[in-house]
This record gives sequence, structure tokens and C-alpha cells, in this order.
Amino acid sequence: MSAERHMLTIDQVKAGDVVPAFTVDVSATTVVLGALASRDWRPMHHDKDFAVQRNGVKDIFLNTPAQAAWFERYITDWTGPAGRLGRMKFRMKDSVFAGDRMVFRGVVEQVETDATGCSWVDVALSLKVGEKLVTSCAARVAIPANASDNPWKRRGENWKP
Amino acid sequence: MSELPSEVQSWIGQVRYEEETEFDVERGYIFTTCSSVQNGNPLFWDDQVAQELTGGPIAPPTMLSVWFRPHHWAPGRTKPLQPLQVHFDLKEKLDLPEAIMTDNEIVFAEPVRPGDRLRTRQILRSVSDPKTTKLGKGRFWVIEVEYLNQRDELVGRESYTGFGYRRSEA
Repeated sequence: MSAERHMLTIDQVKAGDVVPAFTVDVSATTVVLGALASRDWRPMHHDKDFAVQRNGVKDIFLNTPAQAAWFERYITDWTGPAGRLGRMKFRMKDSVFAGDRMVFRGVVEQVETDATGCSWVDVALSLKVGEKLVTSCAARVAIPANASDNPWKRRGENWKP
Repeated sequence: MSELPSEVQSWIGQVRYEEETEFDVERGYIFTTCSSVQNGNPLFWDDQVAQELTGGPIAPPTMLSVWFRPHHWAPGRTKPLQPLQVHFDLKEKLDLPEAIMTDNEIVFAEPVRPGDRLRTRQILRSVSDPKTTKLGKGRFWVIEVEYLNQRDELVGRESYTGFGYRRSEA
């Protein structure tokens, strides 16, 4: 299994490249799974009455760590397991509710190798529901320079995300 | 424009709520999290891949905050503890009953591994002047959380921007 795994290397990526889109239909179960997996017991992530009556929104909605986990999955589906997240910044402009269809998209903004020799890809990501941009995300991910490189081996001064 | 209470002003830049997670990092939650988002990354499911790439199993980096969220109940606890307590302190002190998170930035350092016991600390970085959004009137704030492992190695740093508000009357 490991010998055949997918591995994106830096020579295969350039600015402007598009990360294949990824679509997820969000159910109440999706929201609750994400909340429980991230140990988030707050009621707006499992109790529709609370979400509607207290928060004034239409349904229960994905919590922040669950969105982060979905973005991570989207990124590493593209890079393969050798891809190592260095930094993620996301801005939630709206919420993803049960019943929504979320679509993840990404565009490579920059490819660079830092002073330590680590190869970085900066990706601009979006999560949309319909035409509405719900969350934007800027991710910086280290990928191997070549088939024998491994960003996960970097530590201390050799890891500067 | 209402002034920021002096007590809240004094919290800015102050290290608060230094605490250890309530349990060791464990694989059950790693599998549960991967399953919740259908993340099939073999790094988290295949021990051989984990050994080759990371010298053994690790947690998905974005699980950083999961490990410091308290149990909803524990023996002897009279009321639920809140994760990111500074956020809830701000809601209470500023009398803002509702709140959402708008921005989140995470910088990942050393990988988190099963068996690790993490420590966290929260630092309030800023509180805005009162703002009005479509949700209501309130304030934005920025809270930073640092995560260290049992060897005092930084495993990550997270920054949250929250908006505490009082709902607009229809």
C-alpha cells in the first residue's frame, strides 16, 4: 500500500494550478459527527431548536474545528500523505447548515523553497454553498521536493511555516 | 461609544488559563475525527505508512484544539467547563449573550502523537470598539492559544477572532 501511495512533489505544481473541486452534502449527522469528534458540546451544533431560537439561524451548523478538518482532508487528498500542513487561516463569512451542499475549491497562489530547503505551496481555498462564499482559507503546505524528500522529518529550525 | 471595562482591558496580553488536557492524546479520537470527514489519508489509518513518514502514528494537525476541550461532565464538577474560557469570560463581562467565531489561524509545529499530554494557555490579544453587524451589536476579539507537549515542545499556535453580540430586535 505504502509503495503505491499518491505523492505530489514540488515539480508537479505551479502557481495558477487548480485543486480539483470536492463536493459534500451536509446532513444533520455530518454536523453532529464533526461536533462530537471535536468534543464541541455546544447546542447550536446538535440542537436545532436552540440554533433557531437562540442563535437566530435556520438550522444546526458546522463548528470551526470540523470545517478545519474538512479543509485538511481536501488539501491532503490532493497532496497525498507526505503533504504536511504548516499554516491555515480561515475566515467564516457565514455558516454551513444541515441540508447545505458545500463545494471546496482551491488555486495554487505561490510555490517556493525556503532557506532550509523546504518546499512550500500556498493555496487559496474556498468553501461555497451555492454561489455564496461561506469560508475562505489560506493554507501553506509543505510537499516533498522529490520522491526521496519527506517534510515530516523536519524539526526545529528546519520547520518554519 | 462605550468604554471597555478596566477588568477586560487588564486581560489583554495576560497569560490566562494555563492548563493540561484532561486525557492523553489517543487514537480513538483520531479515527473518529478522520471518519467524521471521511479522511482516508493512510498516514492516520495505516501503521506502515505512519512509520515510514512520521516515525509512528500522529494526529491530524487540525485536531489541535480537540485535545483541550473539557469533558461535558466529570465527577465533582458542579458546572460544565468551557473550552476557550477567555471567550466566555468576555461574553459574560461585556454582557454579550451570543457569540460566533469569524477567523481562525493555526500554525502547526511538532506533530501530536498518541500518548502525548498537551498543555495550553490562552492570551487575549485585542478587543474592538463596539460594532454593528447583521447579527447584532457587539465587539470582535482575538484570542491566541499556545499548545505544548510534555517535552515543552511547541506543537501549535492558534488564533481565534470572535464576535460577541446582542441580537438585533426585529
